[in-house]
Amino acid sequence: MGQTLAEKVWNEHVVRRAEGEPDLLYIDLHLVHEVTSPQAFDGLRDAGRPVRRTDLTVATEDHNIPTIDIDKPIADPISKAQVEALTRNCLEFGVTLHPLGDIDQGIVHVVGPQLGLTQPGMTVVCGDSHTSTHGAFGALAFGIGTSEVEHVLATQTLPLKPFKTLAINVEGHLPEGVTAKDLILAVIAQIGTGGGQGYVIEYRGQAIRDLSMEARMTICNMSIEAGARAGMIAPDDVTFDYLEGRKYAPKDELWFEAVKHWRTLVTDDDAVFDAEVTIDGASLTPFVTWGTNPGQGIPLGDSVPNPVDFDDPKARVAVEKALLYMGLEPGTPMRDVPVDTVFVGSCTNGRIEDLRAVAEILDGRQVADGVRMLIVPGSARVRLEAEAEGLHEIFLAAGAEWRHAGCSMCLAMNPDKLTPGERSASTSNRNFEGRQGPGGRTHLVSPQVAAATAVTGRFASPADLTSV
Amino acid sequence: MEPFIVHTGTAVPLRHGNVDTDQIIPAEYLKRISRHGFEDALFAAWRTDPNFELNQPHYAGATILVAGHDFGTGSSREHAVWALQDYGFRVVLSSRFADIFRGNSGKVGLLTAVVPEEFVEQLWSAIEADPTLAVTVDLQQQTVTAGNLSSPFEVDSHVRGRLLEGLDDIGITLTHGDAVTEFEQRRPAYLPRIAAPAN
Repeated sequence: MGQTLAEKVWNEHVVRRAEGEPDLLYIDLHLVHEVTSPQAFDGLRDAGRPVRRTDLTVATEDHNIPTIDIDKPIADPISKAQVEALTRNCLEFGVTLHPLGDIDQGIVHVVGPQLGLTQPGMTVVCGDSHTSTHGAFGALAFGIGTSEVEHVLATQTLPLKPFKTLAINVEGHLPEGVTAKDLILAVIAQIGTGGGQGYVIEYRGQAIRDLSMEARMTICNMSIEAGARAGMIAPDDVTFDYLEGRKYAPKDELWFEAVKHWRTLVTDDDAVFDAEVTIDGASLTPFVTWGTNPGQGIPLGDSVPNPVDFDDPKARVAVEKALLYMGLEPGTPMRDVPVDTVFVGSCTNGRIEDLRAVAEILDGRQVADGVRMLIVPGSARVRLEAEAEGLHEIFLAAGAEWRHAGCSMCLAMNPDKLTPGERSASTSNRNFEGRQGPGGRTHLVSPQVAAATAVTGRFASPADLTSV
Repeated sequence: MEPFIVHTGTAVPLRHGNVDTDQIIPAEYLKRISRHGFEDALFAAWRTDPNFELNQPHYAGATILVAGHDFGTGSSREHAVWALQDYGFRVVLSSRFADIFRGNSGKVGLLTAVVPEEFVEQLWSAIEADPTLAVTVDLQQQTVTAGNLSSPFEVDSHVRGRLLEGLDDIGITLTHGDAVTEFEQRRPAYLPRIAAPAN
């Protein structure tokens, strides 16, 4: 019987296999940031262990850094201590660090692909659940906890039990105006936040093959929101074109050798997935979440659900609780819901294509009165690229704020936060209670919906806007 | 790591499903660089509600958390496990755990025992009727007992073995150093290597 893509990558990385024990898997790339690493480096120090492969380990600062006044010392003493701990640890253990101000600083999941470090068939880990992003290249990439960070630092391996495989087949072409973000929100709404539990997802089908590399990253990024450890897309010419010429991509003869191998990284025709889900991509529309988990989403044209329509008493209570937190009345059309803040950024939608899409909509338009709009590039290079294209001028002219690279308002760990009761349209990945700040109300949307919403002040798609 | 064989203690019912790690420990507490002292951060947002289970004096000193389905979803933060441990929990019971949370728990000795949802419901009622009810979690036998209630539980067999012996994962892997070195010699030359820091 043939193998799935995930099984091929797994099997190529088994260092040791023994009956009744997890496989010991080799890790090709370990990405490190300031939040989940200090205790891991402490563990190494306590045990007198070095970092085994500093050449396969790279660090950056992203989670709790500010996105304005980055030339000034970090104001929050605890954030400052954490960033300083990373600097000290990288120096002591010989790990390359891209700190605030460095051209390769940024959100760890934007930086890896941008440098060409993420390549097909690799195993990639990071102490961050959105490591699944890198699966867009056909890598097996997943988030790990701090003990595992320490394990990888010390041994460059991880003991792991095999995952099950889930195929998500997205047939047909996405309609005009429907993005990768809408697609993945629709997938999570369909299979639920636990639907991918125990699985590595492989996204397949025409609608997936149609997507750019950056859009594929958006899809794989949110695999974790469906409960899956990882999401993958088989590499193809789109992948190779994206990689060729990047700093760490193979060169010359090695490039051809690599591509030859990468072309074998597809699920065999006779391989069998443990589960399969099929989605009609052509029937999708722009999507928005209304609740407090990423599975609580609906088409933008729909209305806030009514708890009485849910037969299962537990589901009904969950909907009631979510609506109470979100301050929403059942039956309200989503297009009538006003927002206070629009956030564009994060490892889900902070790449150059996302910023271009937002600029296209904001060009010649204004952010609605009373709405605050933050546009935060995913990396320092994305910021430079956007500025070289003049996108920042469009953002500023529209009345949006143009920030420096970081995780920003995706999570309430840095100065960019919602205030209690404040409602956001956010291109990030989690709408949990308090995720963007205590009491904050998050609605997950695509960059296109975020931009249109900023213009109208209520949830909207670009198609709702009058032409300029 | 301390071995885990049998544990008896009182329990807290947490009547919530889909408790994500942002609820277990909000992000603002992740900025600390120490490994211990996260007890104040556990369920920090919910603890502002006087009705929250952990605020009830009759549940003080409990060491077993009986949670709803899909406990520990979301962010990979291992701090969620540390906060539970620092607060005093040795065991979490649920009908389903998120993968990363479960993996993290096993690494540092917090037992995540999977029991049927009906058992969780029965246990909730029993604990609410008598908060002093002694709950015994036997990892050797893989059973939970409380008064006249009893259920087997599921736990990963490898994690179980390590918990029973109190073994550290890194130490085990380092004994396979030769296999790792041999694997490294076979890795293709086109794989990326990060340039050394410039200093």
